[in-house]
Parts: sequence; structure tokens; C-alpha cells
Amino acid sequence: MVEASFLFGQFLGGLTTAMFLFLIASGLSLVFGVMRVLNFAHGSFYMLGAYIAWQVVQWVAPTPHRFWLAALAAAVGVALLGAIIERLLLRHLYGREELYQLLFTYALVLILGDAAKAVWGTGQLSVSRPPILSGGLELFGTTLPTYNLFIMLIGPAIAVAVWLVLTRSAAGRMVRAAALDREMLGALGANVGAIYTGMFCVSSFLAGLSGALVTPIESIVPGMDVEIIVEAFIVVVIGGLGSFWGTFWGSVIYGQVLSFGILVFPSFSIFSVFALMAVILIIRPWGLFGRPIR
Amino acid sequence: MRWRGTPWYSRFPWMLVVFVAAFMVPWLGSRYDTFLGTQIAIDALFAVSLNLLLGTTGLVSFGHVAYFGIGAYVCGILMKTYGMPFALALPAAALGAAAFALVFGFFCVRLTKIYFAMLTLAFSQIVWAVCFKWNDVTGGDQGLPDVPYPALDWMSAIPGFDNLRIADQFYLLTLVVVVLSLAAIRRIVASPFGRMLTAIRENPERAAFIGVDVRTYELAVFVLAGGFAGIAGALFGIFNRGVFADYVYWPKSAEVMIMTILGGIEYFWGPVVGAATLVLLNQQITSYTEYWPFVLGVILLVLLFVFPGGIVGGIAAGLARFGNRNGRRVSA
Repeated sequence: MVEASFLFGQFLGGLTTAMFLFLIASGLSLVFGVMRVLNFAHGSFYMLGAYIAWQVVQWVAPTPHRFWLAALAAAVGVALLGAIIERLLLRHLYGREELYQLLFTYALVLILGDAAKAVWGTGQLSVSRPPILSGGLELFGTTLPTYNLFIMLIGPAIAVAVWLVLTRSAAGRMVRAAALDREMLGALGANVGAIYTGMFCVSSFLAGLSGALVTPIESIVPGMDVEIIVEAFIVVVIGGLGSFWGTFWGSVIYGQVLSFGILVFPSFSIFSVFALMAVILIIRPWGLFGRPIR
Repeated sequence: MRWRGTPWYSRFPWMLVVFVAAFMVPWLGSRYDTFLGTQIAIDALFAVSLNLLLGTTGLVSFGHVAYFGIGAYVCGILMKTYGMPFALALPAAALGAAAFALVFGFFCVRLTKIYFAMLTLAFSQIVWAVCFKWNDVTGGDQGLPDVPYPALDWMSAIPGFDNLRIADQFYLLTLVVVVLSLAAIRRIVASPFGRMLTAIRENPERAAFIGVDVRTYELAVFVLAGGFAGIAGALFGIFNRGVFADYVYWPKSAEVMIMTILGGIEYFWGPVVGAATLVLLNQQITSYTEYWPFVLGVILLVLLFVFPGGIVGGIAAGLARFGNRNGRRVSA
């Protein structure tokens, strides 16, 4: 019989992974939901966020708050980059086939990945946890690092915030309208282009922020971009492409499957999540919470 | 007919010339030329097999590398672990890849567009995860090094072939296998079956409406494309002296897609041109800088924004313009 505290530890580990992935995948899901663009470069934005955060930490004198400053700088920097890319390039591809949009975002993956290598090298970099979150918490016999708790709370906080903005604000109403029928909204006089730019900007912001927040847990290495994007895809597909809450629950499921899959198939835990994605795509291609689209 | 009234340069058997020239490389070129030639031939077959889906049928598969990798592993395992001759291992690799394509494709063709792309990606990542972790069979992250060359001693018995190195002999073998495969694919594309695939690409609803079983056609071409990718993979595993899990990692799928589109998906030989261009460019650029992916990304951007038809598409447009200026009628 496995001890309950051990299982609880696995559960918490899975939940941390889940909330973390949610931070990343939410941006991906928003852009797909509104713009119908599957953004491979989302992982690259995440990686850039991590590198920028590291860079800012190096520049700023060691004060207790420099981590937060770094995270903010990373998120804003990546958001700006996202807005520029959308305005200058991506915008011209909306009318084209999906294949071209996919390949465009893949071109960004190649370019940004190499650019990061050129600037920051190929070594492993890391950032220490902010002092205020460096402790641990005893919970039912397992120790939970405070930082993980913070991640677990920030995931739902962002989910609720985005949901409130989408459902309760005027801007959110415009975004939902753009997702439903872009041409109609344009015909009614709304500036659809600005909505798209804003959406891409917000999505990049979330990617940059999650990249910065990962730095205390995992080291920053080249290749983290292509690794994370597939995981984020899985989460988004499980929950339903374009469904925001779907992405949330998709992350939770992903985290738990990964965490408990390790116990069942020690070396095939990655396999279990890919298999989960395939099964869901086969049974419900539009995901657990999505709606079929034509 | 498409070719009636077309100028001589369109009717000239360019591909025969290219094939004869390619066949002479071991005698006329350096060891390095042979090396590049082998790589181009293999990539060309891989890209053309993808184009069966992409250009001919209009299916965007983001997991085509799975079948390439399965072919490489099947051939590598049979030849290295079981000592099977190449003449049996190659068909086995093609059949193995096609069998997996049949199983995965069965589910994939139920979906359309972005969902199809995602599911093919998911399956290719499953294949990657298994190859990466299944140490006993695939060698896991260590891979499967030292896949032997096929026994090609018989080739030395042919007059004129006796001074060739084993790499040259393997190049000739690769070339023959690739050319035969390309000829087969060309026949498939030009057959009524191939025409039906194009009808499906143009308008799946209408094709279904006139009684075409769209899913079965899509599955059939998915299996064929997988089988040919498996042949390319088998050759690549031997050429590269080993099979590694990296072959199946998803960015490889994107790479072959870039080759295909760089050449031009609307033309049968487009992917071949794309593969040759990319291999040669890679070799040129990596001698100047280690940032090849950066250059590749920029090439891709230029391609998307400036030459969406690819190289062959660009040339065809140029020739059409040239023909117009000379007062000739240009067929579409």
C-alpha cells in the first residue's frame, strides 16, 4: 500500500506542473480561440521571457524585489515583441491557408531560438527564488516549496482574471465577437486589426511572464522552446482548441496524468500524455470543453 | 492537355539528364559530392512523399517524420540486430512504416485541417517518446549506432565499378531506389486515383457529393506517403551509420515541410528542387556560421511573403511571362 502522504505529494507536484502549463497554454489558447492561429512561436516567447528575466536579474543590484522587476520586464518586453511581430508580419497572412500561418510561426521558432543562442550562449542559466518565497510549507507529511504554492495560486488567479475580462468587460465582448465572426464585427465598424494585435500582445505577455516565473524552478537552456510548445499544445488540445476553461482543466488533467503516470509506467510517462492527447483527438477532436467548429 | 503547345524546354526530359548526371557523380565528383548526393536523393524522396499529402491531396501532416523514423528503425534493427540482408530489410521498412501509417491514418483522416495536423503531430510524438525510451529495442536515447552497409560486393564485379568505395556504391544504390520510388509516385499522381486525390484537395465536399469515399482515399494516400517516407528513412539510417531518436522529433517534420514548400508544392519535382537547394545551402552556410536555423527561418519568411509558390513556382511564373512576351499561348 502506498502511503497517503506520498500520493498527496505526487498530486501537489502534478498540480504545480498543471498550473505552470496553464500559464503558458492560456496564451496559446487565447490566440487560437480568437485568431485561429496555432502559434508555434509561443514556446519561443516563453524562452525569451526566461532569458530576459535572467538578464535583468544580472543587471539589477541584488535587492529582494529584483525578481519581480525581472518578471515584469520579461513579460512587457515579450509583449512588445509580440505586438511588433503581429503588426509587421503575421497580419499579412490572415487571409492565407493555415499551413502558411503554421510555417510562419515556425520560422519565428527558428529565428528566435538561434537569436537567443547568439545572445545568451548555450550554457545553462538559472535564477534564484525571490527571498520572500524561498521557504517551504509542511502539508500532510510532505513539504511544499512556497514558490510552488505561489505558482499554484497564480494559475487560477490569471484564469479568473482573464475570464472576468472576457465575459464582463466591453473589451472582452469585442474579443468574443471577433472570435465568432470577424467580418461582421469589422462591418459594424470595429477595429478588428487592433483587437488581433491586442490579443497577440496579451498572449505574448503571458508567455513572457511564464518564462520568467519558470526560472527559479528549471534552468534556462536552448531547446526549452520546442519542448514546452508541444506540452502546451497537448494541454490546449485536451481541453479544446480555443476554449479557455478547457485549457485550465486540460492542464490539470495533464499534470495529474504525468505525475501519476510516472508511478504506473516509470519510463513511459511522456508516452502517457501523448497517448491521452491522441485518444481525446480521436474521440472528441474538439477537446473536452471545446465545441465542434467547421 | 497541359503540355500541348508548350515550348520545347517544358517537354525536354530534364529529369533523365539529371538522373544520368547524378549517376556519374562517383566517377566525376569528389567523395564529398557523393555524400551530398546521397543526402539530396534521400531528402528528395522524403519531401516528395510528404507532397503526396501536402500538394496532391491538400492534407497538412505535421508528423510525417514518424514514418521516416519508423522506416529507419525497422531497417536498422533488422540489419543490425538480426543481420537481415538489405533486400529484405528495405521492403520491411516500407511495409512497417505503411502499417503504422494505416493505424494512425485511420484516426487522422477522420479529422480535418488544423485537427488533422495536430493529431499527426501527436502520433509522431508518441513514436518519438517510444523510440526515446524503449532501450531494449531502439537503444533509447543512445540510439542504434553502427547500422551496417548493405552487402554491395557484387557491384565491384561490374566492369568500371570496381574502384568505387562502399559509400559510392551505397550512393548508386540509393539513387536507384529513390528514382524507382519517384517514378512510382509519379505514376500514382498521374493515375485516376491521383486525379481523385486532387479533386479531394480542391473540394472535399463536392468530391464526397459525387460519390467518392473521401476518407478511404485519404487513408490510402496517407499509407502510401508513409511507406515511401519509410524507404527514405531506411536509406537515411544506413547513410548516417545509425538511427537515433532525434530523427523522429517534431522539428524534423517542419524541416521536410520547408523543403517541400521551398521547391513548390504545386509541382511534382518541386520538393526535389527544394531538397537539393536546402541541402546545398545548408552545406554552404554552415561553413560560414553555426546559425543555420536562423538562416533557414529567414529563408522561410522570404518564401512565405515573397515567393509563396516556391522555387519551381517562381520559375514557372517567370517562364510563363517570357512565353507571353514571345507571343506564345501559355496553358495553365
